[in-house]
Amino acid sequence: MRPDQNQLRALAAAAGGTGSAEVLADRPEGTVLRLGEVVVKQHATRTDPADLSRRLAAASALPDVMVASLGVPAGWAVAAPGVAALGDRVATLWPAGTPVDPARPDDVPWTAAAELLARLHVASPAPGLPPHGGHARARRALDRLSTTPGIGRADADAVTHAWSLLPHWLTGFPGQPGKPDLVGLSLHLTHGDWHLGQLLRVDRAWRLIDVDDLGVGDPVWDLARPASWFALGLLAPDTWAEFLDTYRAAGGPAVPPTGDPWPALDLPARTLTVQAAAQGLVKAAREEREPDEVELLLVESCRRMAAVAMLPGTP
Amino acid sequence: MNQQTIKCPKCPGMMRTYNRAGVHIEQCDSCRGIFLDYGELESISRAETQYAAAPPPPPPAAPAPPPPAQGYAQPGWGHQQPHYGHPRKHKSFAQMLFSS
Repeated sequence: MRPDQNQLRALAAAAGGTGSAEVLADRPEGTVLRLGEVVVKQHATRTDPADLSRRLAAASALPDVMVASLGVPAGWAVAAPGVAALGDRVATLWPAGTPVDPARPDDVPWTAAAELLARLHVASPAPGLPPHGGHARARRALDRLSTTPGIGRADADAVTHAWSLLPHWLTGFPGQPGKPDLVGLSLHLTHGDWHLGQLLRVDRAWRLIDVDDLGVGDPVWDLARPASWFALGLLAPDTWAEFLDTYRAAGGPAVPPTGDPWPALDLPARTLTVQAAAQGLVKAAREEREPDEVELLLVESCRRMAAVAMLPGTP
Repeated sequence: MNQQTIKCPKCPGMMRTYNRAGVHIEQCDSCRGIFLDYGELESISRAETQYAAAPPPPPPAAPAPPPPAQGYAQPGWGHQQPHYGHPRKHKSFAQMLFSS
């Protein structure tokens, strides 16, 4: 185990974790390590500890929706309330749980997910909570597309062009890189990076995890990934209908309660599709292989976006 | 009007000619957009007026996409499902469902 992983392990042990350590994720963004009933998560170097602390508090205020973090054990350096300082990084502590098994797509708890998101979106965000991180995620994906060598020119151009058709408040204003983040008129609590890996079963109930991008903004962002999968033909129409109907029935505010939801979903679904296309091309290039079938499908959708006018949605 | 290859003005699809209620129309095989020549809209309007008294119209020549199970429509830039075999079993797709 690397020295930084040993440090994470020691922190988890101090928080009550026992047994042998298991690395759940090891990415450039940070490592996630499980020690018995405690999970310790290292956060990206760009993380602002004060913002992260506000996000932890927002999650803890909704125990029926999100998993609440464990406190920093006594004797460990604290960067902000609930946030441990660990070398040049910060880390948080969590109860362990059971995620959705990616190998069992039929077991995905779509209705529980829809209800959790609806409950999250109707909750009042605490003052001072930063914007959700979804838009910034998309911009980082496009930045990596432009800086990663070995990507086919035609594919990269198709993705970049589809990105250029999205509004400037999202993609960044020319000459003012990286500082748009207009939250818009919608100020709902929003997860900011929702996908099926963000569901965890703890004490026999499904909850949302990962507060890194939790913030205020347009909650339609949290429906953007499933909407994109549906648009791509990768999510069965009945699964999409089940998810969306449950979300609507639970009072979710991201789409109108009745009628065609796509005017509200079009822009976020396009954005997440472009983002996923960029990520797919970067991944293929880093693995020194040709893009696979799904990655090419994403790029093809980017090409088609240029030809289909964007629906007028919410800002 | 003969079968011909015109590019769709809206998407990368190709326009195909169909005969609907005696009117020749061009429909995109991809986005299903319809192009009408001069006078064709009026022909359709006439056909519509006659519809009540007329026998049932012939079945549409253009194969329309199957409606989604519970009424939600895909956007024009999307792909019909299933795009291939068993998409939900596809490894790359499974990864996409579960990662940021």
